[in-house]
Amino acid sequence: MPELEPVIGLEIHVQLATRTKMFCGCGLSFGEPPNTRTCPVCLGLPGSLPVANAQAVHFGLMIGLALGSELAPRSIFHRKNYFYPDLPKGYQISQYDEPLCLGGRLGDVRIHRVHLEEDAAKLTHVGESGRIHGSDESVVDFNRGGTPLAEIVTEPDIRTAEQASEWLKLLRTTLRALGVSDVNMEEGSLRCDANISLRPAGTEELGTKTELKNMNSFRFIERGIKAEVERQRKLIEGGGQVVQETLHFDPNSGAISSLRSKEEAHDYRYFPEPDLLPVAIDERMLAAAREAMTELPADRAERFEREHSLSAESAQLLAFRSELGDYFEASLAAAGDPAPPAQALANWVAGDLVSRLGEGEDPADSNVEPAALATLVAMVSGKQVSVGAGRQVLDKLVAEGGDPAAIVESEGLAAIGGGDELAPIVAAALEANPDAAQRVREGNAKAIGPIIGAVMRETKGRADGGEVTRLVNEQLGI
Amino acid sequence: MSDLLELTAARAAAAIERGEVGAEELFAFYRERAQRDAGASGDGLNCFTWVADGPADTPSPGWGKEPGGAAGGPLLGVPLAVKDLFCTKGVPSQSGSRILEGYRPPYTASAVGKLTGAGATLLAKTNQDEFAMGSSTENSAYGPTLNPWDRARVPGGSSGGSAAAVAAGLAPWALGTDTGGSIRQPAALCGIVGLKPTYGSVSRYGMIAFASSLDQAGPLTRDVTDAALMLRHMVGRDGCDATSLQFPHEVELPRGERLDGVRLGVPAELTGEGIEAGVLSAFRAALERAEELGAELHEIALPHAPHGLSAYYVLAPAEASSNLARFDGVRYGARAQDATDLLDMYTRTRHDGFGAEVKRRIMLGTYALSSGYYDAYYGRAQRVRTKIAEDFATAFAAVDLIVTPTAPTVAFKLGEKTGDPLSMYLNDYCTVPMSLAGIPAISIPCGLSEGLPVGLQLAGPAFSESRMLDAAYALETALQFDGSGAYA
Repeated sequence: MPELEPVIGLEIHVQLATRTKMFCGCGLSFGEPPNTRTCPVCLGLPGSLPVANAQAVHFGLMIGLALGSELAPRSIFHRKNYFYPDLPKGYQISQYDEPLCLGGRLGDVRIHRVHLEEDAAKLTHVGESGRIHGSDESVVDFNRGGTPLAEIVTEPDIRTAEQASEWLKLLRTTLRALGVSDVNMEEGSLRCDANISLRPAGTEELGTKTELKNMNSFRFIERGIKAEVERQRKLIEGGGQVVQETLHFDPNSGAISSLRSKEEAHDYRYFPEPDLLPVAIDERMLAAAREAMTELPADRAERFEREHSLSAESAQLLAFRSELGDYFEASLAAAGDPAPPAQALANWVAGDLVSRLGEGEDPADSNVEPAALATLVAMVSGKQVSVGAGRQVLDKLVAEGGDPAAIVESEGLAAIGGGDELAPIVAAALEANPDAAQRVREGNAKAIGPIIGAVMRETKGRADGGEVTRLVNEQLGI
Repeated sequence: MSDLLELTAARAAAAIERGEVGAEELFAFYRERAQRDAGASGDGLNCFTWVADGPADTPSPGWGKEPGGAAGGPLLGVPLAVKDLFCTKGVPSQSGSRILEGYRPPYTASAVGKLTGAGATLLAKTNQDEFAMGSSTENSAYGPTLNPWDRARVPGGSSGGSAAAVAAGLAPWALGTDTGGSIRQPAALCGIVGLKPTYGSVSRYGMIAFASSLDQAGPLTRDVTDAALMLRHMVGRDGCDATSLQFPHEVELPRGERLDGVRLGVPAELTGEGIEAGVLSAFRAALERAEELGAELHEIALPHAPHGLSAYYVLAPAEASSNLARFDGVRYGARAQDATDLLDMYTRTRHDGFGAEVKRRIMLGTYALSSGYYDAYYGRAQRVRTKIAEDFATAFAAVDLIVTPTAPTVAFKLGEKTGDPLSMYLNDYCTVPMSLAGIPAISIPCGLSEGLPVGLQLAGPAFSESRMLDAAYALETALQFDGSGAYA
């Protein structure tokens, strides 16, 4: 049997961070008491009518621009009809065959479409089952109902669970940069379903797919997709056939269970929403969306590589966390003469500085002024301060801020200069570690560790490691 | 006969303004008449589902909105009857359905808010076919309304309670809704004036929806002037209704008693086969009067109009099947008790709550929208709708207004058509094409046949209400129809 290749497409729901809900004037909910952010419209009371949120359309256009989609000059809302207690009108207002954005690409994954719709309310099932069947009672909180959603659908261009998770992170950082959503998976403002099928590697035809729902973290997405790919692989290799169905992933047990089969699938009876006019995109709206665009993370990473000769990894580390990229650029801009090498500065921002801050903390909010970090990195690169001493200076900067040069001065952390100062200390270290000195002499380069350690202890870390090695070799006559 | 009963709404407003009649006196007069009709004796017409205790029951304008109009206002103190399906804050709004029994909305419909904001006072809610589905008001969960001209006959529908109340002098005027003829047909059968405005000119916010792309609020009045006056205070863009439009100018009160140079189009398709002889003869007589007033009669063609009913009975049920999905027992209205699970609760709530005609249309509409059938039914009906609108556009290039009988028959007997839905649907034959095209149309009484009123319908291009009202006023003045025979 030929190798089986997974084919994965994602459907992402993004809650838009608009001021009000998709079709009414209620503010979005952030944990208010249940059913306090409601009105006749989002409760689906008789006689109420929807009015489309212009800011949601604006955000939708920004997403389309970011993904390189074709923006439809005219798109329409449809009603998606089905009964459920979290759907007060008995239909969801969504978009169907004329969505706001068509096509596009982000990274190595093509975009199929982007459309706008409204979120459902939140159902809570009281009782042991935790599901609507067998619950003692089910209660509905309509605060979330009507929150604007952008649904982003990819083409089936993803091949592995890791790729799905990595790509989703790229999408998240892109949406965050746009400022259109909180994109928080745990809080549900970013939700992802995966369509998964297998096919013999090298073939084009798609296999029968299943839809996997309820993966509410990046970890669960990887685990869920892996589990489903394995399930399908075993099924096919055992001579069985995949059945088209909607599946539920239980993150606790890792189990996959069927929600409904193709036969049980709803007939949503889509038809154009007669209460709303078509969304007609004019030049003014397009201009406003373009005006609101910021540099996207992928573009920024590419620019960092191009302009500052950063490694691809560093460029992405900085660009995909926009606050790090901002700090890096602010630091470069504030650098004096001599300026630090950009790659070294990038390493200090993404490595030493971030590791000294709290989880997710913006370095701009820390005590370390961008100019101070630039100065420090320039001093380290110029060997005026050793790497170890530089880290001590950074500790001090993080704790109380200040000027690195002054800290170096007051703490006596200036690098021990050339051979004159360092040579006697190296000689003493060799004398104190004769065994190590002997092994180095015999060609075991790694044995130099204890000698350098002794020098660093003596100099309180102010010596330059490279210079110490050079002196050791010189004094041992290597 | 009381002097107060003689006053049309416009004259009553003027009399109140001049201090000749007190607003409270007028309100008390009509409240007493309406309460008597709604009284326990059971010998009334059953026009009302709720009657005000006093002006204090006047609902405040819509939720979260500023009260419309200044204190006082041009309609100050004129009592208003409102079709049950308009939401009125704190006042039962049941759309003639068991499933909304006792439902009191937390907000008021925009159209009602505009009228009360202009000074009108909510007198009563009127009976109707359940969810406006019907042409006889026999489909109300609250019992049929009787025709004041002959109590063995229906008042038409679905705004039958509004029409009968105005015809019987139980309210000076009333608010109704028209989806395929639900203002015009009952107005015709009750011998009063009924106007369906251009789609979008009156906000639908707060109207319990039947078919969203067709529903439109409008006046049912004793005369054309009252219809113009009410319309003037209803129209306008509403931020709560995305399909509402700014009316291009203030609606003028009609004047002029001639029709010189007015080109009236008579479509062969709607003025021949299928129209009762007595109705046709009253209609033809009215056309002769129109010619005497200076109008030119032109034969025109509306070739797709005969397909209007077929398209309508796909589109309206399709939208209704979706609009009525919200009546699920979860949040308001009736809920079946002791259901075993969610599906059982839904099924029993809707089984018990909806009447037969509503269930029939939900099933029709659900079928028409189903996967695999959509193009054959809904898609095709939409294309017919477009063709009908094009027919009207072509016709209005050659004529100013189109004239037809409003309904194919005079008021029929209670129970006569309840067993045969298709014959009931034929009532809308002459009114549905205008609804599908979204254009305004008015019905005025043009004579009697077998002692029962016959309605004449005038239709014009979108937003031609003022011109249409002028022509209707001239005809009304010439025809001198006397409706006082229906006063209760």
